[in-house]
Amino acid sequence: MGDKNELSLIRAQPRILRRLGREANPGDLVFRALATLFAATVIGVVLLMVAEMSRASVASIKAFGLGFIVSQEWDPVREVFGALPFIYGTVVSSLLAVAIAVPVSLGVALFLTELAPKWLRSPLASMVELLAAVPSVVYGLWGIFGLAPFLREHVEPVLASTLGFLPLFQGPHQGYGMLTGGVILAIMILPTIASVSREVLLAVPNFFREGALALGATQWEALRDVILPYARSGLIGAVILGLGRALGETMAVTMVIGNSPEIKASLFAPSYTMASVIANEFAEATGDLHLASLAEVGLLLFVVTLLLNVVARLLVWRVAGPTGNTR
Amino acid sequence: MKDFSIVTWVLAGLSLVAVGCKGGSDQGAPQAAASGAAASEPAKPTTTSLNGAGATFPNALYSKWTSEYNKLHPDVQINYQPIGSGGGIAKIRDKTVDFGATDSPMSNEEAAKAPGKLVHLPMTIGAVAIAYNVPEVADLKLEPAALADIYLGTVTKWNDPKIAASNAGTKLPATPIVVVHRSDGSGTTAVFTGYLSKSSKDWTDKVGAGKSVKWPAGQGMPGNPGVTGRVKDSPGAIGYVDLADAVQNKLSMASLKNPAGKFVKPEIAAISAAAAGVEMPDTLYTSIINAPGETAYPISSFTYILVYEDMPDAAKGKVLTTYLWWAVHDGQNMSEALNYAPLPSAVVGKVEARLRTLHSGATVLYSGT
Repeated sequence: MGDKNELSLIRAQPRILRRLGREANPGDLVFRALATLFAATVIGVVLLMVAEMSRASVASIKAFGLGFIVSQEWDPVREVFGALPFIYGTVVSSLLAVAIAVPVSLGVALFLTELAPKWLRSPLASMVELLAAVPSVVYGLWGIFGLAPFLREHVEPVLASTLGFLPLFQGPHQGYGMLTGGVILAIMILPTIASVSREVLLAVPNFFREGALALGATQWEALRDVILPYARSGLIGAVILGLGRALGETMAVTMVIGNSPEIKASLFAPSYTMASVIANEFAEATGDLHLASLAEVGLLLFVVTLLLNVVARLLVWRVAGPTGNTR
Repeated sequence: MKDFSIVTWVLAGLSLVAVGCKGGSDQGAPQAAASGAAASEPAKPTTTSLNGAGATFPNALYSKWTSEYNKLHPDVQINYQPIGSGGGIAKIRDKTVDFGATDSPMSNEEAAKAPGKLVHLPMTIGAVAIAYNVPEVADLKLEPAALADIYLGTVTKWNDPKIAASNAGTKLPATPIVVVHRSDGSGTTAVFTGYLSKSSKDWTDKVGAGKSVKWPAGQGMPGNPGVTGRVKDSPGAIGYVDLADAVQNKLSMASLKNPAGKFVKPEIAAISAAAAGVEMPDTLYTSIINAPGETAYPISSFTYILVYEDMPDAAKGKVLTTYLWWAVHDGQNMSEALNYAPLPSAVVGKVEARLRTLHSGATVLYSGT
């Protein structure tokens, strides 16, 4: 616990005045000021964004009030706006993406750290990271010409015939809709979750593995009972990062989700996300109320992202305890 | 040590290059000045750069114009950003660009928000094509009411009697119609919904016209390429796209029944006929949807450039008016290859007259003949 003592020693002297008096080192002071400034910039940008979006959405908040969040009507011609279908589309498509991407990317990360032969690990890891570098519009085009027809011809009919008793898999197979949006998002967040998870698993000290194996655990038992629990909070962090990317992703989703502001139980039906409606309509919106409503959708996207992050953070605390090894 | 030495070499190399450049420019400057003084015309006069922004629909033609014009006048650099008509109107209003561009004319409220009087100048004419993907049907003929019903979601099968009525002799399949529309706000949508509103009372009552509308049926795809791709890829699909996209992607296009009762395909001659059949008012904007004339294609539209009648900068204004003059004359020859229709000569005459009235303070801007 020598670390802790050193820590408290350092903590005992941070009074700037004292530093100025005796141990003031100009370099330290400048560095401290700069670092504080940078940290403040981040907070400043966030606050400015919230302020600016609130200012831009005043007209719509006044006109629709809370009804904006529960109304399903979005009619630019008659200037009646409600955001519920977009909120629903964003949340469901992102959760769907996470549900698909988490098992796959955990598998990728485990394979890369625990199972793959040494010579294969780093080329495979860089290929996974390469996926993250593909621009989202490329994913979108591939979605239109590759994924959507494939899902329509080969996946949706199978889902409908085997799981068609669930309302989730009913209705016509169009290839464009919530399911395709969720799959595209899953592919896009997979590299993020996989590479962060890989780093987290690499940070698990080797003697945990060796200890577990020495005690007679099989490789599966060592993974399940020792390595994964140790890395749990870090892995949840990776999922939160992925979720964040899914919530804000715009272009690829716009190209495959069908862009129809409706709330339908079926995953085959077209849907619409908050980011998509802003991207779609902002450039050509000329009515004041239309612009204000789009700004309010932006503000709500901010709120939804924040809420989901808070929920995820609480989840980490529940799992690992507030002081848990969140690295 | 090894790394250090590499860094040293790289730095040394960079500094040599820097010194070289510096020397070069030191020598070059007096030469340029000397040649400029010697020739009666300066070899490289100051470049005038004009910025415009707006509609995406005429972008192919405007890009062609700017690059061709730059070849003729190397001292004029024109940048056009296709950010959408709404953005174009907003930018010219804020005076952050020298000209704006829009597919649908400004509303009176939009015009009232501008700090000065904005003038519409028609530049070219485009058409919205109804593209479909039914391989069995070579030449689909559509009545306006049937088209509106398809987009209202009340006609859902290709062999619906409302479609069959105008396609006697053609065997229509009993497959569902996949309705595709634009998801992004767009002038193309404004023109198309404007047409449906003029053709169907149901459409006017339930949906109306605008750049973004509340679609009663179908799926939205972003941009002309999105709709084009969707129609191409989905059997049974129908969508509306700019003529250029439909032609380039070899989509089948429906013939539409015009007010004269004839079925007309979207072709340059049919668009020109629509423009020729309408008298251009002095405001220089008008709708040519459902234009009279037996050969006129019903979903055609002018697209406009917006400039201030009283321009803030006389020097730029002179260059801009000269460019616009060129665009409505020589520029028109380039339109057909890009699937736009050239302006009728009567309209060109009115644009000429308007260009001559543009001024900056007391200075009249256009000085050509």
